[in-house]
Amino acid sequence: MKNLVILGAGTAGTVMANHLVKKLSVKEWQITVIDQDPRHFYQPGFLFIPFDMYNEKQVTREKASFIPKKCNFILSEVDNIDVGKNVVNIKSGKKKINYDILIIATGSRIVPEEVEGLSGSSYYKNIFDFYTIDGAVKLKQFLQTFTKGKLVLNIAEIPIKCPVAPLEFVFLADWFFTKKGVRENIDLTFVTPLSDAFTKEKTAAVLSSLLNHKNINIVTDFSISKVDSDEKQIVSFDEKNVEYDLLVTIPTNMGSAVIERSGLGDDLEFVPTHRSTLQSKEHDNIFVIGDATDLPTSKAGSVAHFEAEILTENILRYINNLELKEEYDGHANCFIESGFGKGFLIDFNYDVEPVPGKFPFPVIGPMSLLKESKLNHWGKLAFRWIYWYVMLKGLPIPGITATMSTKGKQID
Amino acid sequence: MAELKLGKYTVETGKDGYMTNPDQWNKEIAEEIAKQENIKELTSDHWNVIEFLQKDYKEKGSIPTIRRLKKVGGIDTKELYKLFPEGPVKKAARIAGLPKPKSCV
Repeated sequence: MKNLVILGAGTAGTVMANHLVKKLSVKEWQITVIDQDPRHFYQPGFLFIPFDMYNEKQVTREKASFIPKKCNFILSEVDNIDVGKNVVNIKSGKKKINYDILIIATGSRIVPEEVEGLSGSSYYKNIFDFYTIDGAVKLKQFLQTFTKGKLVLNIAEIPIKCPVAPLEFVFLADWFFTKKGVRENIDLTFVTPLSDAFTKEKTAAVLSSLLNHKNINIVTDFSISKVDSDEKQIVSFDEKNVEYDLLVTIPTNMGSAVIERSGLGDDLEFVPTHRSTLQSKEHDNIFVIGDATDLPTSKAGSVAHFEAEILTENILRYINNLELKEEYDGHANCFIESGFGKGFLIDFNYDVEPVPGKFPFPVIGPMSLLKESKLNHWGKLAFRWIYWYVMLKGLPIPGITATMSTKGKQID
Repeated sequence: MAELKLGKYTVETGKDGYMTNPDQWNKEIAEEIAKQENIKELTSDHWNVIEFLQKDYKEKGSIPTIRRLKKVGGIDTKELYKLFPEGPVKKAARIAGLPKPKSCV
């Protein structure tokens, strides 16, 4: 009996378990999934919690309920991966889990301690993140009584999970305060280390004009050095400062501490990964998927979903001593909520930036790309159900392929 | 493809003003690009950064981030901003004759 171990039961790990259980012979392979947290969060839903559109219950399920019965699911913290011995050392019972093939799906996490003064006594008083369930719920409580002052959203460092979420947050904040009748008393500012609103040129142009239209200030090229919570300001390395009453932070995103303890990560503890096969660059029997990779595409559920199809094929090829397929193209697909019941949809890969067009089917769509519409907003809301019932199970979504299609897109 | 006249040299650049042929780079050209970036003189501290960028780019194939300059190159971030105000890595990479750093998504 051989062992395939999946580290992490988030989106990527869960989809892989569901794919592989259908492909590998139960007589030859034992699939083990290890995770430290029993709760599976629908992370895109965190964005809606501060604005009271979703509650905690709607975005939380049991991880175990999505792991196929034929898999061995272990709930434990992981100490480290010993790549020399092909063993995962887990904390529960100090057990050693042997692997023939290891899939790293340990995701990314926020590390507020990386910015001086950020994680101090003001954290969860007038400084909040919304990338954790705790942060999102506490921010919701704060927003109930916040009716005037300066709301600053700051991205500490790039890359971050779901790079459009910070923009969506300020768009929704504009709508939320307008609805409450207090928008004119609130100063909204978006502070980014990038030189523009977004990393992709055409999308940045569309979103910048939307920020402007919604009267949201933007401060670019701001590389945060520290938070001065006494003076209520954020300070950059070149000594610019921005004052806040409420600071919504996207702290530095890093790979799991397990990766750090195992010595497998880069400067941010993301695992160096081959960009089109998803094999680890250093160890042939280790594969990496989802937010845990160092690949230059979005850290997003759609990416994990597309990667999973290709990785499943490559795991089978690896087992059968066939050459790996160099197929993954960086395909990502994101809804961007823009407030007032509207949204955008973007679809792109390593080489093709988001462009206007129709999706998933040319001409008929029904979704519009890089264009604001009500249907895109409804698509985003419907996606929570698709996530729980279709995507996590590794089932195909009609019209959507693992590699990006240029059909229906207006490419120059 | 464009050309840029720098003192007695003419170099090939992309539309973004970054050099495209590393063989054309030399220290005098670096001094000229620095002037365009409003850096009057390249001190030994500037060269320390430039040389780290070149070495790391050669080894890794990508321009190091501010975090990497600090962690691996031992270059203090505040100091880096004093040497190359505003976008330090973007400026230093251009002076070093390297491509424009790509930001991730």
